[in-house]
Amino acid sequence: MPEATEGTATLPAAEEQAVPKSQGRSDGAKPRSLWSDAWRDLRRNPLFVASAVLILLLLVMTAFPSLFTDASPRDGNLQGAFLKDPEYGKVFSAEWLGYDGQGRSIWARLVYGARASVIVGVVVTAAVTLFGGLVGMLAGYFGGWLDSLLSRLTDIFAGIPFLLGAMVVLTSFDVRSVWVVSAALVFLGWTQIARVMRGSVISCKQADYVVAAKALGAGTGRILLRHILPNAVAPVIVVATIALGGYISAEATLSYLGIGLADPVVSWGIDVSAGKDQLRNAPHVLLFPALMVSITVLAFIMLGDAVRNALDPKLR
Amino acid sequence: MTDKNAKKVPLLEVRDLHVEFHTRDGVAKAVNGVNYSVDSGETLAVLGESGSGKSVTAQAIMGILDMPPGKIPQGEILFRGEDMLKMSAEERRKIRGAKIAMIFQDALSSLNPVLSVGYQLGEMFRVHKGMSKKEAKAKAIELMDRVRIPAAKERVNDYPHQFSGGMRQRIMIAMALALEPDLIIADEPTTALDVTVQAQVMDLLAELQREYNMGLILITHDLGVVADVADKIAVMYAGRIVETAPVHELYKRPAHPYSRGLLDSIPRLDQKGQELYAIKGLPPNLLNIPAGCAFNPRCPMAQDTCRTDVPVLHQVTERDGDVLAGRGSACHFWKETIHG
Repeated sequence: MPEATEGTATLPAAEEQAVPKSQGRSDGAKPRSLWSDAWRDLRRNPLFVASAVLILLLLVMTAFPSLFTDASPRDGNLQGAFLKDPEYGKVFSAEWLGYDGQGRSIWARLVYGARASVIVGVVVTAAVTLFGGLVGMLAGYFGGWLDSLLSRLTDIFAGIPFLLGAMVVLTSFDVRSVWVVSAALVFLGWTQIARVMRGSVISCKQADYVVAAKALGAGTGRILLRHILPNAVAPVIVVATIALGGYISAEATLSYLGIGLADPVVSWGIDVSAGKDQLRNAPHVLLFPALMVSITVLAFIMLGDAVRNALDPKLR
Repeated sequence: MTDKNAKKVPLLEVRDLHVEFHTRDGVAKAVNGVNYSVDSGETLAVLGESGSGKSVTAQAIMGILDMPPGKIPQGEILFRGEDMLKMSAEERRKIRGAKIAMIFQDALSSLNPVLSVGYQLGEMFRVHKGMSKKEAKAKAIELMDRVRIPAAKERVNDYPHQFSGGMRQRIMIAMALALEPDLIIADEPTTALDVTVQAQVMDLLAELQREYNMGLILITHDLGVVADVADKIAVMYAGRIVETAPVHELYKRPAHPYSRGLLDSIPRLDQKGQELYAIKGLPPNLLNIPAGCAFNPRCPMAQDTCRTDVPVLHQVTERDGDVLAGRGSACHFWKETIHG
């Protein structure tokens, strides 16, 4: 009996091996997951390379500002350097981009200002992704009354105008550090991610592989984290990357309006605000910090675009 | 209770199972009193067209019905004599995969696209047996060899989309077999495959079933798939079992007009050029199942009784009254159907 089954059994496999496509990998290529595919795609995308280089530069600036300038962003020389014009020949020196109304090197302030922007952007994005993602996942997976409750809560927070809400929240704080501003942005900004995550989880949880995992005895935690999350997270990553630029510009906007960060914190928003009064006789005071905000936001939006193209094959 | 009769208790017994779905348009009665049983080493084929309740019954057994909207108002599902419907969620989860496993129709969509097949196969061992990643991967390779996937060692880290359809179904079979369950439910395991691969996958499944002495419930609408593999058949229509029979007897002498209609709808070589028979009419709307016998609007033999009385499953006998073992027909006129 065992022999007979062995005989009939080897036949089908042998037949199938004759078909080329069911043989082992032909070219010895590596297994291709969604993420490794996306990474291959990204590396070849000039948009990604450009934005990644810019962002990398910003991150280094955040971590080690002294690599880029010797000058202090806070020491002003009112007598010698009040609104002094840029000397473009002296690249990367304190005089390079001129001085502001307090006689402080604008280049040094740009370099040190990266820290506030990047920290706010990264912290807010991380917190929003974690919190919004959690809310969206619970609402989407469990559905029912929990979904109703969380979705209505999301609607309520999404209904608050972002900047106006942040202004109201921030005016109630005396000390507005980077963390306070971040907290205010998280408080109002998590809804977008929650909605994206909820939709994404709902579409994943109906997938056959989730039912199959259930039928093979996987528990709720494993299904959520191992089977649903990796499939649902792609759109969230895209939205989060693009939103990061938005949070940076929100911080700059709030600081410009005087209700975000405040001196002595160095922030591009504060510098733009300070420069607006001397726009005619010293445009460089406003121009360069504003340019930095634009470049940074642009870099993150470009990164988000590239990531979306890599992760969502339907758009290709 | 079970110890004395341990030998007589079937591996799985479904008793008077009802499943309904509460929808906006009303209550859809998908399963209306199904009874069947499977023993170790036995293959039961559940045959029926779309919407006959065959898959819903299987989902109820697995405990993967969406509830709500699904509801089981009545019935018992006895696994080795114990009613699974009365178990806690955790007890049922431990049975799923380990004791009862399921093979799904579409292997591509039933495998997680972002996890390698080795990971997914190994997951069975990590979840149920607490093995380490390394041990689980070794087991996964072993399983892939068992279902005869060529070059298993090199392909264990590949992703589902890198396999052909037949290979993917083999992986699904491997996953179901992983923990050597007592019962496998295969829900149209070959429907998504082309015909030559169908035969290979069915042979593999039948062979492994013999080897492990498992019970197998084979859900299908394909009479051709059933013939070689199954021991007995249950034909379902509108959520009821309309006929049960050992497989070859059903082919020879159907005892229900619906089964006869199914058999007559199979294309045959000697009928070349003739129009293919089709059962007239459409399957019933489950929100509004016809009174009496659900098949009566489509039945060529329907009489007035068929429109008022729901037929029970009659024991089918020979003309002289000899009982035909394992045969039943839920037709008022089963005698006329089988004996002409």
